[in-house]
This record gives sequence, structure tokens and C-alpha cells, in this order.
Amino acid sequence: MNKPISRLFLVALLMFAALLGATSWWTVLRADSLDHSTANARTLIRAQKIRRGTIRAADGTVIARSTRDAEGVYHRRYPTGALFGHPVGYSYANLGQTELERYRNDALLGMTNAITTTFEQLIGKQKEGDDVRTSLDPKAQRLALDEIAKVGQSGAAVALDPRTGAVKVMASTPTYDPNTIANKGVLAAANKDEQRKPLVNRAVQFGAAPGSTFKVVTATAAIDTGTYSPSSTVDGTNDVKVSGVPLANDFNQSFGPIDLKTALAKSVNTVFAQVGEKLGKPTMKEYMERFGFDSKPPLDYPKDSMSASVVAPSPPGHAVSPTSKFVDVGRMSIGQGGLQATPLQMAQVAAAVANGGQLMKPHITDRIVDRDGRTVDTISPAKQSTVMKPSTAAAVTDMMVAVVQNGTGTKAAIPGIQVAGKTGTAETEFGAKVNDVWFIGFAPADHPRIAVAVTVKAVTGFGGDFAAPIARDIMESLLK
Amino acid sequence: MSARNRELFALIPAALLISAGFAAVFLSRDDLLGGLSGTNQISNVSLTYGAIFLGICVAAHLVVRLTLPNADPYLFPLAALLASFGLVEIYRIDDGLARLQAQWFVIGLGLFTATILLLRRDYRKLENYRYLIAIGGILLLILPRGFSPVNGAYLSIQIGSLSVQPAEFAKIAIVIFLASYLRDTRQLLVTAGRRFAGITIPPLKHFGPMLAIWGTSLLLLFFIRDIGSSVMFFGAFLAMVYVATDRLSFVVVGVALFALGAYLVAGHIGHISDRIDAWQNPFDPILLNKASGGSYQLAQGLWAQADGGVLGQGFGQAVLRIAGQCATPTTSTVNCSLLPAPHTDFIYAVIVNELGLVGAAGLLCVYLLLVQRGFKIAMLARDSFSKLLATGLTSVFALQVFVIVGGVTKLIPLTGVTLPFVSYGGSSVLANFVLLALLLLVSDRARRDAATAP
Repeated sequence: MNKPISRLFLVALLMFAALLGATSWWTVLRADSLDHSTANARTLIRAQKIRRGTIRAADGTVIARSTRDAEGVYHRRYPTGALFGHPVGYSYANLGQTELERYRNDALLGMTNAITTTFEQLIGKQKEGDDVRTSLDPKAQRLALDEIAKVGQSGAAVALDPRTGAVKVMASTPTYDPNTIANKGVLAAANKDEQRKPLVNRAVQFGAAPGSTFKVVTATAAIDTGTYSPSSTVDGTNDVKVSGVPLANDFNQSFGPIDLKTALAKSVNTVFAQVGEKLGKPTMKEYMERFGFDSKPPLDYPKDSMSASVVAPSPPGHAVSPTSKFVDVGRMSIGQGGLQATPLQMAQVAAAVANGGQLMKPHITDRIVDRDGRTVDTISPAKQSTVMKPSTAAAVTDMMVAVVQNGTGTKAAIPGIQVAGKTGTAETEFGAKVNDVWFIGFAPADHPRIAVAVTVKAVTGFGGDFAAPIARDIMESLLK
Repeated sequence: MSARNRELFALIPAALLISAGFAAVFLSRDDLLGGLSGTNQISNVSLTYGAIFLGICVAAHLVVRLTLPNADPYLFPLAALLASFGLVEIYRIDDGLARLQAQWFVIGLGLFTATILLLRRDYRKLENYRYLIAIGGILLLILPRGFSPVNGAYLSIQIGSLSVQPAEFAKIAIVIFLASYLRDTRQLLVTAGRRFAGITIPPLKHFGPMLAIWGTSLLLLFFIRDIGSSVMFFGAFLAMVYVATDRLSFVVVGVALFALGAYLVAGHIGHISDRIDAWQNPFDPILLNKASGGSYQLAQGLWAQADGGVLGQGFGQAVLRIAGQCATPTTSTVNCSLLPAPHTDFIYAVIVNELGLVGAAGLLCVYLLLVQRGFKIAMLARDSFSKLLATGLTSVFALQVFVIVGGVTKLIPLTGVTLPFVSYGGSSVLANFVLLALLLLVSDRARRDAATAP
């Protein structure tokens, strides 16, 4: 009878092996997909018990912090209120995370370093979130929001360090307060507010026609390809036919033959439309892509919270390649013809010129710091693309300086600091009188430290009068 | 070193485990309170628990030492290890339950001692009462039918505030009966049959009772509506038939018959087909959100295990309480747990959550060692009854572990049985200590005979 008993033990052995196998299946092989299953409340409950890291501005101001209640559950607070609602977003158990809170979720929950985590688990240490230090500047951000709100209903501003890509200002009005968004009905009401759309970060979403600020892109392509030089003359007559339709200059002013540098300073539409037509769609596409058009920016921000800057002519009414037959290359070259650019994209255009043709990847995060103050990770500057030759950058800078010195952008001038810039005034559907005003620029022109883009929607007037002073104040505040 | 001294020393790891376990639980609680106010509690109370536990175990050990000097030295320490592990895990879930469980251990060890003292002369006198025991066992199984079902199954009876699960005791009664019955008929089952198509068909006279057992276990399935218990009983029965006859064909036919019967019965009992649906699609959103009979418990168990990973979240770190559902901080975790039945059926999921795959592997190893000792005893035993008894008891024990761990890990459809010695439950603790006592009795005789044999 002993033989069947030993066989029986073998069966028991196999059964236990199967149990171990099944346990391994769930704890190892399927663990990851189960942990991230949407119906699984476990991660969420656990996350509430982890002290989520603090998010700080460049000067150390606390933007977001977690405080613990009597039950040991953490709640998120935003001491700066609406100021950084758009770049930083919010994090609540019932709403999830948005924006930077979402992009840096793993770091904020202390889950970035698996080895440390396992080790800490072994010694029984409670998981703690890391802090995120951003490059955002509260003073300039406040100034940008206030000044845009003074001029128009909505608008946005972005300021970058062209040398590193660090985002200093990301302002969008109307704003929302991340502290109250978790209250009952507030989020739903904000989502339904079609008039103000307070949750839209206009700095990176839903681009609009950049108007004449786009002439910097056209000028860069013209000079970098060697087709033109700043002193090349082009016919600046009013109502030159572009794609068969006469194009008007501002105030229907006729300039006659005019050199490229003066044409940029005076923002002559017909000149740059013709330059664009001569360069052709493939060249324009090439330079637009180098500047970052046609794809979402490599920002440390959730991809689905950003829009790519594209050309979307009507017809067909959706984004197409700049080489598409629907594109009116002349009008696109002056920032019209269905072109939709975000303020971040236009700030990157200014930054590329400012940094000698090297475009740096934009980033909001400066570094990740653990609870003991040790820097866990530093976001080192990285090149996004080489847009133009340094000589081209120098020539375009010279042209942009002229815009601020004696062109349409004189209101951007800062006493004692040379500013380079370009104004933009894009017609909107409201009619000729109401425009989207733009200004892009950088300063100081010889050693740029700040590049900026400002836009305000539905303003009766020109970019030089309304957007340029805002850009000037932001740059001045950041250069101080 | 003598067997009894080995047993005594092997109890020390169990006592240490219980001290370390309580210390870990206290530590993690103090961590939550954010202070070191409980430092004294950690060292004093943990060691006190460990010492009390060791004391009780040493008392039981002394009983074994005096009455069964030749018994297997590893069985009792292994069971003590499981018990201490379960106690810490239950304490961590709900300290009130742990106190009750500790009381059950004391009563269980009392019953253990009583069983040994009662049967020390010769446990084979049980054979004389085999029909009485069989009827008693079946009555125990049918008894819950008179009470209201829990989750669709008739498994417990209420005596005052006490909930008794008679199936835990019935499993022992039935094994004793089968061991005795098969000892008598094993020869006849093999030799008196006619062979047909390579399969020995025993005469109906002898085969009849076996068919009756098959019928009983299916009836049981129908009557108490619990697949787990019927798999346990029928599995143990087949294991014993196999050992008694050494005929695989009996097992094959038995499994086929049971599967057929189960298939027919399962379709007619809503609660069993619910369980099978839940088993097939535990993450189905409809089943997941069903108020009853859905897959919420199984899915939560699997999520808890996935959350544990290889090394687990740490002792005392499992997320059990849902903040919103626990009305007050003193509400028992059992009533507002994210994972239903964390202290009984799903204790394995809590263990995997806290100690990970590594802890689960350790636990399964302890069970496997116990099972190995059980079969070893069966092999050493001299007479057929002892062999069959040890085989049956060990098989039913191993199957119980398989049914619940397999259910929690979605290897087989989930049915609620306890994890022996680890889960909370008075009936389970008492019955398993009786089972342990019987195994020790068999082993004492076997090893004594082996020692005195030429």
C-alpha cells in the first residue's frame, strides 16, 4: 500500500505547485495590469495615504502641498490659488490628476525609484512622495495674468529661458482655482462654461492664427536657405495678388520696393507673402517643423492637454501638411490661411532665434527633490532641434531689434536693455475691428535670457499697442 | 536528540514568529499614529504574547511527551507555526477576533489532549463505532440545512451567538468510517470483480456502498450547496480508495462520475453557477458590481495579491479599511473591509498582500511539510486501518488547503472553506486539532512498532 501513498504525495506536491504557480501568476506576471486596472480602488486608496510631494515655484513658493487629516488621509492644497492652476493642474482622489500633477505623478508619489522602494519596503518604511521644483516665476506669472485680464477677455503668455528651455511663465486667462475644483458641481460647471472655458490652458491648447509674428519663421527660412538676405528688396505694393487673391497691407499702405529688414519692422504683408510663395511649401514645411510645428511640444506636460501648432485651412477644415494643395502658402507665411499656433509654439520661435538657432526642449520641472532635500533628478537642458545657422539667427535678431527700435513694436522697448521682437495682429471672425493681438520677443538682444510670447483675444487694436507692453513687463520682471 | 526534544526545540521558531509578528504589527500601527508612544507595547506585549503561546504549546507538548513518546516530532511544531502565523494575521485584521481565536486555540489544545488521552490505548477501537460515526458525520453535514444559508450555502448552525461549521468535524468522521470500511472491503474490491475492458468492476455488493458514498457527496453538493466541501470529501474518498486498492481505474471512474454529477447539479443551483461565472470573468464590470453572487470578492482578492507582488507590502501594511465605510475608527475592520472575509476565506489574499509571493511560498511549504509528514505516517503504519486513516486525514487536510487557496487564486471556482490553522474560526481550529491528534496517535503506534520490530 506504500506505493500508492507515495504517488498520492506526488499528486499533493503537484497540487501545491499549481497553487504556487497561480499565486505567482497574480503577484508577478499579471500584477502590473491588475494594479493599473481602472476598477481597482486599491492604488487610489493607498495613494491617499502617501504624503504626496510638494510642488514649488522657482523661488521656493509652495504651489501645491498635501496635508493629513485625522484619519491619515492626505488632501491637496494650492496656496497660490488660481495663479498656477493651468500649468500645475490639480490632484484629487475622486477627480484624478491633471497637468503637471499628472505628468509627475509617479515622482510625487515616490514611485520613481523601484530599488529604493523595495529596500524601504523591506525595512518597513512608509512610502513618501518626492517634491517637484519648477522653474515657474510667481511674480511674472501674476503680472502676466493681471495685464492680460486688463486688456481682454482671454489670452495667454509663455516665457522661456531660451538657453535651457525652462518655462518661467505659463499664464492663461480666464483662470480657475484648483482648491475649489473638487467641490461638488464646480468641475462640471467649469466644463460647461462654453463662454469662458476656464479649464483650457490657452498657452498650450487650441492655437490661433499667430498673424505677423509668424513672419519671423518666414524670414528665418528666407535667410537660412540663402534665397534672401536682410537687404534683399521685395515689392511691397498693396493688393499684390497672392494665390490669385489680392492681399492688403495694414491701412492698405503701399510700400513699393522695400528691403526685408524694413519690411519686417513695418510688418509688410505683401512682402512676406511673396517671400513665402517663392520659398515654396516644402521649404516652409521644413522650417516650420524645425521650429516645432506639426507635432506636440516635448514639454513635461500631459500630451492630451496640449495641441500641436498646425495649418488647418478651410476647406478641408482640419489640420493638413503645409505642403497640402489646400494651403495658401502666401497667407500662411504671414500667419493666416488657417494657421493655428499656440503661445508656447510662438515663444519657442522667439527662443530658437534667441539661442543662436538652437531650439531647446521646453520644461516646467527644474528638479525632483526627496524628503531629505537630496536632489533625485535634475532636468538637464536638452536640444529639441537645430533650426537655423548661427549667422541666420544673428541676422533675424538684428531684424527683430529693428521692429522694437523703429517698427511696429516700439512699445516693447525696455530702457537700457535691447529688446528683439515681432508684433502680430490676426483678423478674427468678429470683423476687421476686433483682432487677436500677439507679440513675441526676447531680451537682452545680444545675450538673450528670456523669450516670450503673448496673445490676447478679441482686442480692438494692434499687437504693437496691446500685446507688446505686456511682453515688455514680463521680460522686465524676469530680467530684474 | 530524541524525537520529543526535537519537537520541543522546533516550537521555539513558532514562539519567535509570534513575537516578531506582533512587534511588526505594533510597529506599523505606531507608524500610522506618527509617534513612538507604543514602544513599550512593542517589546512587552509582543514578548508576552510569544511567551504565553510558547507556554501553551509546551503544555500540549508535555501531554504528547507523556502519552505518545514515539509520535512524529514535526507535526505539532508545524501546526503551531501555522497557528501562530494565523493568530498574528488575524490580530492585524481585528484584535478582538484574535483574542477569540486565542481562546479557540486553548480549547482546541484541550480537545487535542482529550482525544489523545481517550484513544491513547488503542485508537483502532474507533472501528467498532464506524457506522455510528458515519451516521453522525452525515447528520453533521445535513444539520445546517435547518438554518438559514450564508451566501447561498448551508454551512453553519447557530447555537446562541456561536456559529458552528459542522462540516469541519464531519470530514474527520467520514474519513474514520471510510478507513474502517475500506480496510474490510479492499481485498474484495480488487479480487472479486470481473474485468471488463481493462477495468475491474467489483461486485455490486461491495461496490454499492461506494456508489452510495458518491451519491452522498453529490447529494451533499445539492443539499448544502457547497462545492468546496464535496470536493474535499470526494477527493479524500478517492485517495483512500486508491491507496486501498492500488487501482487507478477506480479513481478515473470516480472523477468522471463526480464531474458528470457536479455538471448536472451545478446547472440547477443558481448560487453554484454564479460562482462559476464569477470564476470565469472576475473582472467583468457587471459581475463586479452585482450586489450578491458577483465577483467582487474574488476580484478584490486578486487585486490584493497583485498589490502584494513578490515581497509584499509589509506585515501590517495591507490596505483593508475603506475610510468612508468604517463609520468610526473602532468599527471592526471585518465589517468595512475592502476585501470581504479577510479573516476567514480570504486570509490567504491578505497574507499575499502583506508578505508577497515569498510569504505565500513559505506558507505553502509549511503546509506541504505537514502533508509530507502525514503521508510518511501512513507509510510507516503497519495495519491497513492506520494507513488508510492517516492517508484520509492527510488528504482531506491537503484538499482543504487546495480548495481555498485554489479558489482565492482563481485556479478553481471559489468556495468558502477555512485555511486550516490559519483562518479565524472555532470549528476549524477544534476540528484540525482533533485531526492532528489522530495523526499523532497513528504515528506513535507506527513508530513504536517500527522501533520494536526486529
